[in-house]
Amino acid sequence: MTGWLSVRNVAIAALLLALLLLPVYVELGGSRFLLTLFTRILILAMASVSLNLILGYGGMMSFGHAAYLGIGGYAVGMLAHEAVFSGFIQWPVALLASALFALVIGALSLRTRGVYFIMITLAFAQMAYYIVAGLARYGGDDGLTIYKRSQFIAPINLSNKIQFYYICLGLLFASIYLVWRIVNSRFGLTIQGARSNDTRMRAIGFPTYRYKLVCFVIAGTMCGLAGALLSNHTDFVSPAMMYWTRSGDLIIMVVLGGMASAFGPLFGAVALLVLEEVLSGITEYWQIILGPLLLLVVLFARGGIDGLLAKVRHRVSHG
Amino acid sequence: MRIPMTLFIEQCLNGIQFGLLLFLLAAGLTLVFGIMDLVNLAHGSLYMMGAYFAATFVAWTGNFIFGVALALGATLLVGMAVEVIAMRRLYGRDHLDHVLGTFGLILFFDELVRLVWGPEGLTLPLPSWLNTSIQILPGVDYSAYKLSIIVVTLAVAIFLYVLVMRTRIGMLIRAGASNREMVGALGVNIKLLYTLVFGLGAALAGLAGLMQAPILTVQVGMGENILILAFVITVIGGIGSIRGALVAAIFVGFIDTLGRAFFPDLLRMAFTKEVAATAAPALSSMLIYLLMAIVLVVKPEGLFSASGK
Repeated sequence: MTGWLSVRNVAIAALLLALLLLPVYVELGGSRFLLTLFTRILILAMASVSLNLILGYGGMMSFGHAAYLGIGGYAVGMLAHEAVFSGFIQWPVALLASALFALVIGALSLRTRGVYFIMITLAFAQMAYYIVAGLARYGGDDGLTIYKRSQFIAPINLSNKIQFYYICLGLLFASIYLVWRIVNSRFGLTIQGARSNDTRMRAIGFPTYRYKLVCFVIAGTMCGLAGALLSNHTDFVSPAMMYWTRSGDLIIMVVLGGMASAFGPLFGAVALLVLEEVLSGITEYWQIILGPLLLLVVLFARGGIDGLLAKVRHRVSHG
Repeated sequence: MRIPMTLFIEQCLNGIQFGLLLFLLAAGLTLVFGIMDLVNLAHGSLYMMGAYFAATFVAWTGNFIFGVALALGATLLVGMAVEVIAMRRLYGRDHLDHVLGTFGLILFFDELVRLVWGPEGLTLPLPSWLNTSIQILPGVDYSAYKLSIIVVTLAVAIFLYVLVMRTRIGMLIRAGASNREMVGALGVNIKLLYTLVFGLGAALAGLAGLMQAPILTVQVGMGENILILAFVITVIGGIGSIRGALVAAIFVGFIDTLGRAFFPDLLRMAFTKEVAATAAPALSSMLIYLLMAIVLVVKPEGLFSASGK
């Protein structure tokens, strides 16, 4: 077998093709619901691609990544509430707000490591959750309905479901490409070096704290964009979109897909959300199946989907 | 602004009571982490199970003390079962694996509770002998139940100290924390010991849950919010340190309770009424996180870091 025609690459190509052709299938008589579901999957995949940058490549176990979804989402929601509908204002504000939050949280959290880092990112994300839930002007606990999606110049119309799907798909591809470029650059190699041995990286003269902080901010900003997309998708923002279980979902997507692999988070997002959809079709109490299933994945399928695909290739070429 | 003295004393006591309750949760969390090096997100689920068991058993037996004792035993058993079935396989694995595996357990327990007890919450009515108030100072009345929570948690704190520092089992636990293999090689059943420690942590969480049950509604997900507070406490106190957990828990309980009670008034003095009304709820829930941020800046390993892990 030649190098590039591995099972893994064929699977990636098949998935990308399926995602590209999905709106065509829907137009030909498929269920509209499929388009809504997969738009959501693409957006959350983008969020987990950004988490993969710090979690998979950087070894920073952030348990507060959903906070940026909420901040990006609320930037759009609040501005729309104040009758600012232009996407050229809303989206940069969403990016800037998430970047600022990531800078402050990262600067404090990266002083610690290991379990402390997990708990601290979790706690700060919950803090953001409580702050948003306390904003009576913007709906508080009940959330905020967005009556008008972000406005851009003429041909771009986010209210067109198919166009919005392709915008999400394009931005997802762009973020996968960006992460791929980052991790293969000198900067990215430094980050990966710090993951495997932080002390040694510092000993040979890299100020790893600064590198990690920049990486943390990039990931947060990217996730903020996903948040802006998500609020446009649901036409609604609520504190629930940044609740800590959402951060848990994002971690699951990254690990399920395969950590530190370019397309892993996309596989993970598709697998988890489709699984949720299927299970909730079977029983109302679907989480009673999903929970133990997760435990089994952790115990027995450590490399995630990407790891499984790579293993299949191994067996083909050596068996 | 004048705050009546009786109200102030009452809120201080509330703060201590809440702090001690948080200590029970944080102690179990930090015990399990310090000894087994295990991050247990499902600790809040055990808190919830304690509350549900108590509400069920008290209604079933018709006797408060008897029902509570049954609930405590049931939570202990559930904890030990969880350790044998799931946790045992996670020791020595990556912390991320712990987070994911126990996150799966949360989903399982939440759904299990919804399946067995239904989506509506339960209530746990207090018996009449606890549902009174006691005069603690001239002119200051305080709920007898909350006072009994303070007494029980203080007793548990002393019990924990004696258990860990003054008994043979405690000695084995401490030895197992520093070198698992060596203790096993000396002929101690370390597996059983770990199961017991995890069960003890679960029982502490369950005790916190069942004592909170008469004050709040017993409902699905009740363990999640308070779990975050327990995390904040373990971070502030230093992971693995029970003493740190006690100090940090009282701090956090105090600041959270007093902040919620008096912070809006303080804001009203400095700003207009409207500003205070909108900003106060958000800001007062931020206070403990600010405390955590300050502690982190000064001491990234927590106030009483046990092992420097």
